[in-house]
Amino acid sequence: MIKTKALKFNYNNQVSFNFPDISLNKNENLLIIGSSGIGKTTLLHLLAGLLQSNSGSINLYGQDISKLTQHQIDKFRGQNIGIVFQKPHFVNSLTVKENLQLAQYLGNKKDDSRIVDILSSLDILDKENKNPKKLSQGEKQRASIAMAIVNSPKLILADEPTSSLDDENCERVIKLLKKQASDFNAQLIVITHDNRLKKHFKKSIKL
Amino acid sequence: MNIFKLSIKNIISKPLSSLLSLALLVFGIGIISLLLQLNSLIKTQMDNNLKGIDMVVGAKGSPLQLILSAVYHIDSPTGNISVEDAKKIKNNRMVGSSIDLLYGDNYKGYRIVGTDDEFLDLYDAKIKDGRKWEDPFEVVVGSKIYSNLGLKLDDELMSSHGLRETGEAHEDQLFKIVGLLEPSNSVIDQLIVTSPESIWDLHGEHDHSGEEHDDEHDHEHDDEHDHEHDDEHDHEHDDEEITAMLIKFQNPMNIIQFPRQINEETNLQAAVPSYEISRLFKLFGFGIETLTYLAYLIIIVSAFSLFINLFNSMRDRKYEMALIRTLGSSRRQLSFMIIFESLILTTVGFLLGLLVSRLGVMFVSSLMEESLNYNLNSFGILNEELWLLILSIFIGLISSIIPALQVYNLNISEVLGDE
Repeated sequence: MIKTKALKFNYNNQVSFNFPDISLNKNENLLIIGSSGIGKTTLLHLLAGLLQSNSGSINLYGQDISKLTQHQIDKFRGQNIGIVFQKPHFVNSLTVKENLQLAQYLGNKKDDSRIVDILSSLDILDKENKNPKKLSQGEKQRASIAMAIVNSPKLILADEPTSSLDDENCERVIKLLKKQASDFNAQLIVITHDNRLKKHFKKSIKL
Repeated sequence: MNIFKLSIKNIISKPLSSLLSLALLVFGIGIISLLLQLNSLIKTQMDNNLKGIDMVVGAKGSPLQLILSAVYHIDSPTGNISVEDAKKIKNNRMVGSSIDLLYGDNYKGYRIVGTDDEFLDLYDAKIKDGRKWEDPFEVVVGSKIYSNLGLKLDDELMSSHGLRETGEAHEDQLFKIVGLLEPSNSVIDQLIVTSPESIWDLHGEHDHSGEEHDDEHDHEHDDEHDHEHDDEHDHEHDDEEITAMLIKFQNPMNIIQFPRQINEETNLQAAVPSYEISRLFKLFGFGIETLTYLAYLIIIVSAFSLFINLFNSMRDRKYEMALIRTLGSSRRQLSFMIIFESLILTTVGFLLGLLVSRLGVMFVSSLMEESLNYNLNSFGILNEELWLLILSIFIGLISSIIPALQVYNLNISEVLGDE
């Protein structure tokens, strides 16, 4: 259950965003589409608790995250939300496997067998002891999806996951995301300006 | 995986820059620890050789030289004194016990000392093999000498005149080893000990052959020659000379009055080792203090270098930090990661510094061994070095405070929005 109400965020006096309300049932995915500069990333950061809204409420699975302290939000995010960034990020001093172990440590969910499951379902198990810098672009993207889902989040937030990809890869990545989300019982919210994704989602919001 | 492991992985992943930021700290800690070690080792060594000696009497000259030559056997003697003069002092009621010392020869740079049995007792030296000397030209050899030179009982030694190896050899008269001493960790380990008669006999016979010791510049020998050429034909041991006399007082209070009395009323010189050594250390002390300040300055600079290194790596790893936060790390955990990194670095720096100082001690010791036949051992940790550990930890903390605060206040949304 995801519900936002009258979300508002001001960067300063000039730039302020008012976001449409979101209401999402269990097992529903959502596409949020809009051109650049319209506050897409801001909305994603608000949903992830990386930013605090100026007004309005965000209710995630019965928890109003705008009422949590910074520390509680960090913890909540670690356990319930996985984020796939536009550009894959890793801790570069760690191997792929160690990155996933760090994510588990921070989300308080230690489980090595899950790491193996996820890496093999993403077909990069043979890369587990590699440094993420040494992976190809496609492998990096899959590894970053692994990072997002390793703690079995209830919600996966994806920020422009396909914007720099050609049609073929775009198709492949969005299918992968949707499959992983449903395989691991998570909801998926994708934020993008990429109109190619429209056909993959039943529910979408235009900003 | 946890935050501490992550810190270690971060350090290992860029070993060169980690080592570079450590170099100054290692250097500073190394210097201070080396100075502390040398100071303490030299002091213990000096004190160790001082026990039981309240005063040294010898010929006029520098009191420090008298002490260094007669107690530590590292400088040339100030000259010789007549046995008769020495007897007068010995008979003074303030004197508890006294030991005569005679120099004149060496074997491969190790001094041969003519003295009494009590000299062995002074250093608690025990005979390991063989026996004490009885007849002239029988010698007992200190542990360092026989182990360094591979000498055994019954070996015969050809001594050279003077106190350095380059002196002219006494080919006509050999010394015979009758005893080997157990190691005592004092100066006697590097001495060859014999009876006073051996030295007198050697030079009594020897000096007939004339003045071939011109290469010896120690004025002690000039004195000796002048004297011995005057009356070389009526040698009786009572007219002989000794080089110095080690004296223990009847009552420790005599140390105030007796040395002054000798210096003022006789043509002998009395020196109190504990005074002279503390004077020497004050002299040393100035140099050591200056070096120590310099080393502390280096440590302060190292704190800056560490800070800049952390600060830069923080900027390079901004996205990583943001990522770690989005994975659920609290701000405090992330700050701890930085502080841990800094603390691990400075602790490693401290350990490397100690290693450097120990290597330094070994090096200095081998230098001293070569030039002075002195060595320093024991590699224990001094209390002052524990302070250096605390200092290192402190440096680790203060140089990571600003980067840690920066990470604490990192605006993740802004960093991630920047991509």
